[in-house]
Amino acid sequence: MKQLAAALYKEWLLQSRALAQLLAVLVFGATALLLFSFAVGPNYELLRAIAPGFLWLALLLSSTLTLAESFQAEMEHRALEGQILLPANPAALYYAKALANWAQLTLLGIALVPLMVALYDAQLPRPLALAGIIALGTAGLSAPGTLYAAMTHQARSRQTLLPLLLFPLVVPVLIAAVKATSLLMLGDPMSQIGSWALLLITFDAIHWSLCGLLFGRVVED
Amino acid sequence: MTTFDAIAAIAATAAIDARGLCRRYGRRWALVDVTFRVAPGTSVMLAGRNGSGKSTLLRVLAAAIRPDRGSATVLGHDLGREREEVRRSIALLSHASYLHEALTAMENLRIAARFLERKTGRDALLPLLAEVELDARADDAVSTFSAGMRKRLALARTLLQEGSVVLLDEPYGELDPPGFRLVDRLFGTFKARGATVLMATHLLDRGAALCDEGLVLEGGRLRWHGPARELPEQGGLDPATLPEGAR
Repeated sequence: MKQLAAALYKEWLLQSRALAQLLAVLVFGATALLLFSFAVGPNYELLRAIAPGFLWLALLLSSTLTLAESFQAEMEHRALEGQILLPANPAALYYAKALANWAQLTLLGIALVPLMVALYDAQLPRPLALAGIIALGTAGLSAPGTLYAAMTHQARSRQTLLPLLLFPLVVPVLIAAVKATSLLMLGDPMSQIGSWALLLITFDAIHWSLCGLLFGRVVED
Repeated sequence: MTTFDAIAAIAATAAIDARGLCRRYGRRWALVDVTFRVAPGTSVMLAGRNGSGKSTLLRVLAAAIRPDRGSATVLGHDLGREREEVRRSIALLSHASYLHEALTAMENLRIAARFLERKTGRDALLPLLAEVELDARADDAVSTFSAGMRKRLALARTLLQEGSVVLLDEPYGELDPPGFRLVDRLFGTFKARGATVLMATHLLDRGAALCDEGLVLEGGRLRWHGPARELPEQGGLDPATLPEGAR
């Protein structure tokens, strides 16, 4: 736990110096939502129906920026290698980084919701439940995303490689997150939302436990 | 005691026991069959031309990268199987500073102290920064530091680790003359602690004055191993000038 606390302290310091990057990712996500709404046109019924999908698409695209940049500060002077040699616990380093990415993506998702409501004329009957679904969905993106970001950080084409590796893996998470968000916003007459949330929790549990185990091997030579 | 036990006991007493270490990057072999032993408390100068494999050898010994062939023990810990124990025993001053640019000198040290489970208070860490003459810049971001100041901060981080085996890769690089004297002083500190020190340097005379033994690498191969004071006299870096039988 001391190792995890140390790693979280480091992430807190790094995130507090990277607020400009957070803002840039938020602007990127907002721009994506705006462009999608322009593409559909002023058909409010259609906009409402596809709003959940576009919210998650904007989040997915933004997540590649967040995740790819999350190891930049660690790589500039091989800081990550320095921590491994201290020796810091690789699992602690992974979970702290994944938690930081998760927090960023969750905040981003929540920040995009008002814009989605405005642009897509979406209904928001249960905002807290929606925040919960966003947290579960972004957990499913950040756990494998952090692992793949660590794997691809030294590749020249990491900005291309990361989505290529990540997107196929998170398809089940995205489907579950979009379905759960749709049910929350458009109504849930069959009470299916619990099943989709459970599916998200299952994927999150698998991703978070497996990726934590694999991270040590990824950062080793 | 069997012969095997006797060999194991001797190996356990060596601070570093490298046997046939090989490492390659792609198709190029950076280390080829490097074998040597270093007794505890000994200081060793590692010499060789650019690209001769000095940094690779230090990184292999620090468990930063794995050897492709061969084996080694550090204070009796196997480099292949006990990497965490090896890392716990070693402090590496690498070419890379291992620092976070966006953070201050104090924050960088505090992160390392937290991972090492040492005292993290300002009172505990400021003397370390004072040791490398950076206490006045403790709260400045590393991004505002010169290369020499980064090297000093990296030295403070190495001091914090209190490794029983200290690996210094070009510690004089980027430093000014007072910085040279600082490295000499810290070298004495490491030795006074009883640490085994391996120092890669091109400053042969300086290294020979500080170290007990010398190692010369050429093209990834160990070409010479002997008393450090003899290394500058016979050229050190040119295999053609090495003593007969040492090539």
